[in-house]
Amino acid sequence: MRFRTTLTVAAGASALALLTGCGAADMTKQASPFANAQGSKTVTLSVQSWVGAQSNVAVAQYLLEHKIGYRVDTVQVDEVPAWDALSQGRVDAILEDWGHPDQEKRYVTDKKTIAHGGDLGVTGHIGWFVPTYLVKQHPDITDWKNLNKYASLFRTPESGGKGQLMDGSPSYVTNDKALVQNLKLDYQVVFAGSEAAQITQMKQFAKEKKPFLTYWYSPQWLFKKVPMTEVKLPPYKEGCDADLAKITCAYPHTPLQKYLNAGFAKSGGKAAAFLKKFKWTTEDQNEVSLMIAQQKLSPQEAAKKWVDSHPSVWKQWLS
Amino acid sequence: MATLTVPTPRKVPVLKNRAVAKLLLLALAAAVLVPPLNAHWGAGAWPHALTVDLSKPLASASNWVIDNRDSHPLFLYFFGYISNAVVLSVRAVYLTLLAAGWAGVTAFGALVAWRVAGLRLAAGTALAFLTCGALGMWVPTMQTLALMVVAVLASVAVGVVLGLAAGLSDRLDRALRPVLDTMQVLPAFAYLLPVVLVFGIGVPAAVLATVVYAAPPMARLTALGLRGADPEVLEAVESLGATPRQRLLTARIPLARKELLLGLNQTIMMALSMAVIASVIGAGGLGDRVYQALASVDVGAALAAGIPIVLLAVVLDRVTAAAGDGTDASERPRTIGRLYALAVTVALALAARLLGALDWPSGATLDITGPVNTAKDWMVDHLYSGVPVVGGTAEWAGHFTTWILDPVRSGLQWLPWWSVLLLVAALAWVIGTWRTALTAVLAMAAIGVLGVWEPSLDTLSQVLAAVAVTLVLGFATGIAAARSDRFERALRPVMDVFQTMPQFVYLIPVVALFGVGRAPAVAASVVYALPAVVRITAQGLRQVDPAALESARSLGASGRQQLWQVQLPLARRSLLLAVNQGVVLVLAVVIIGGLVGGGALGYNVAFGLAQGDLATGLVAGAAIVCLGLMLDRVTQPTERRAKKGA
Repeated sequence: MRFRTTLTVAAGASALALLTGCGAADMTKQASPFANAQGSKTVTLSVQSWVGAQSNVAVAQYLLEHKIGYRVDTVQVDEVPAWDALSQGRVDAILEDWGHPDQEKRYVTDKKTIAHGGDLGVTGHIGWFVPTYLVKQHPDITDWKNLNKYASLFRTPESGGKGQLMDGSPSYVTNDKALVQNLKLDYQVVFAGSEAAQITQMKQFAKEKKPFLTYWYSPQWLFKKVPMTEVKLPPYKEGCDADLAKITCAYPHTPLQKYLNAGFAKSGGKAAAFLKKFKWTTEDQNEVSLMIAQQKLSPQEAAKKWVDSHPSVWKQWLS
Repeated sequence: MATLTVPTPRKVPVLKNRAVAKLLLLALAAAVLVPPLNAHWGAGAWPHALTVDLSKPLASASNWVIDNRDSHPLFLYFFGYISNAVVLSVRAVYLTLLAAGWAGVTAFGALVAWRVAGLRLAAGTALAFLTCGALGMWVPTMQTLALMVVAVLASVAVGVVLGLAAGLSDRLDRALRPVLDTMQVLPAFAYLLPVVLVFGIGVPAAVLATVVYAAPPMARLTALGLRGADPEVLEAVESLGATPRQRLLTARIPLARKELLLGLNQTIMMALSMAVIASVIGAGGLGDRVYQALASVDVGAALAAGIPIVLLAVVLDRVTAAAGDGTDASERPRTIGRLYALAVTVALALAARLLGALDWPSGATLDITGPVNTAKDWMVDHLYSGVPVVGGTAEWAGHFTTWILDPVRSGLQWLPWWSVLLLVAALAWVIGTWRTALTAVLAMAAIGVLGVWEPSLDTLSQVLAAVAVTLVLGFATGIAAARSDRFERALRPVMDVFQTMPQFVYLIPVVALFGVGRAPAVAASVVYALPAVVRITAQGLRQVDPAALESARSLGASGRQQLWQVQLPLARRSLLLAVNQGVVLVLAVVIIGGLVGGGALGYNVAFGLAQGDLATGLVAGAAIVCLGLMLDRVTQPTERRAKKGA
């Protein structure tokens, strides 16, 4: 029976091989079936789920399409799968990476399928935040040592009698569970499960001026809509977050990085050169993000507006 | 997507005293087994000594794939070809659709609908396509359509092969049944992960994941159709000296036409529902638009991409259902010739090409995002809190969590692990045979062995609460629909939308209304599972023998008495089926619950996918499958199993 199955599989495989022309079918060399439909050069960019990443991509896409003459495909992928996709050439670039040492070692150092693309120019920071209206009532709430005193303020039906610390999407880097435990805080980490859910909930709380404590990060457009203040955690020192079981320190400030597929970096022509030079500031990024998330402009329209008003910034990227 | 299970006749089971005997036997077994188990492993949650940690082997398997993907012959000469073939065929279909232009595609769709289903559906089809264009979604719609065509063809091919095997051989049928069961209960998110690992993100992975999800109904219905063929006809054919192959091709397959078309219908519906989930792994198309709209918390944009999905689903459902309706194809009048239809399409496409109107005119789009967002905000503002007397939705959600979800969860988690197994055994055995009970208990035990006992019971508590709410609402609505034709007609489009609207679209409104947590997760699953329960209930009540009702009426029974004492008992089989479907569908959106704060298994599956963590994702997925198997066995009497439809 097993012999027969093997035989069938072998026969099927060889028939397929004959049909498609012999030779290896390298999966790393396949583009999307929707690419190049109009017969132009295509760059594929990965978009992550947060709006900042959308802004990078929107501006890069606009310039690639209107100033350099490429067609741009975008694919929405979570962070870790995006690395995998980048290594396989399914996407050509990640424009905003928040630090994935494991992936970096595997793909950049060992396999050399991904190349470093330089700084994005924006510095990212993760932390715990409370709304500023709450800080006005309780000025000492911004120190972690006082959090236990206020735990009852943050109680929700989901937090089981403790205070609620709201975390976001499963794709984000977080040490919060360990932190709560190691700092002996009377809090329960509740995972909103997606950034969309988390933002919706934060807006809802803010509208009613209710207290909340949340994992959040900057740069982020929501700060303009819901002003928030960071809660001070024990300071970050190099390597203090190496062991999750013992961690008691805050999150680092990360200069965000760009990564390109190694093959694309080498032979990607003008597009690759442009993406390597792409570098802007937190304010630039926030400006575009706010237009997308707050004024509900489409990413393309927002990018156009920004490009029209900041020629001095992007002209350097094209030189 | 009416029902996933075809009801089949069943004897009335469960003799009272037999149930008592079973329970006594079980109590006896428990009395002997429990004391030593309890002494050895304690009475809390599942004992740690009885778990198996799969994270090491799964991590090394995943590393092996990543390291060998570009070099190992298995990938170069096998998966590579599959992936190539998918890319080429999707591309071919996509380019054809683009070449036909919006006029050609719309005309073709309408003419096909006209041919198989008549003028009204043709007009509906044309309108649906034009709406997709008007919403500014023409290109994404074509991408989704291209993906669907290839995925459905592949699913049908796989399904028919499996179905032929199961329909012609009893042994294969028995062997395939658990496989098909698993394919259907397995949450799609759980196997996106291994598929992505092998194929990378993108269209090939999406198509293959869709085939896994959409092939089982085709296989089931094909097998059912072959087995259900009239034996007399077969005997007649045989007596004419037909060879087995001729018998299959000329008699059994044509006789199974109705089941085959129903299978096609179900496959299309399931493939479409997968189109959005597959966007998570970069499938592109409409699903991707919905998913990207989520990132900027933009319900309007998500709805603009969700509506074409609903329209495609409704059109494809009605057209394939109409094709399957006629018992004999040759008896129905053909309204339009095949060649004629093709000629009109080509002429229109060429005309559009000559006029340079291949792409949807960019001026002719309707932007609905603004009004939709305003409407959503208004609704949320006025319902969230401070509604006089009844309180706001946030308050209800809080009460629901504290009064129902929390007690059920802590109750389940408080129970000693062996008592949960006993409870499952008792329920499954009373309603079925010792085999069902054994399957259910083993499924539950597997959850413990996998080391996810606590989160599984958390998920179970959410599922139970959601099913309870679904049944209360579903039975009430179903009864109303069965009593009033007008109400049922008005309800139908609402149900269609509920069922086919991608869940990502209502994820934000659900959180806006109920806050982050388990309550919105329950709300999302109720929305998804409700239509099936309502439909099956209404259908079951309408099929109650009119003579029985008439005689009850003549005895002077009031409307309420008729309902409680005649209709509901007689529709018992349908109601049980509704319960079963409610459970299965609620479980199917557990993962969506994970995205709005439901936590537990749903979150773990999402986490596994987002972090490329095979161990967390796959184990949680397996636990959901086990929960599904257990709940299925506990809610469905056994006799059905032998003839399960789709």
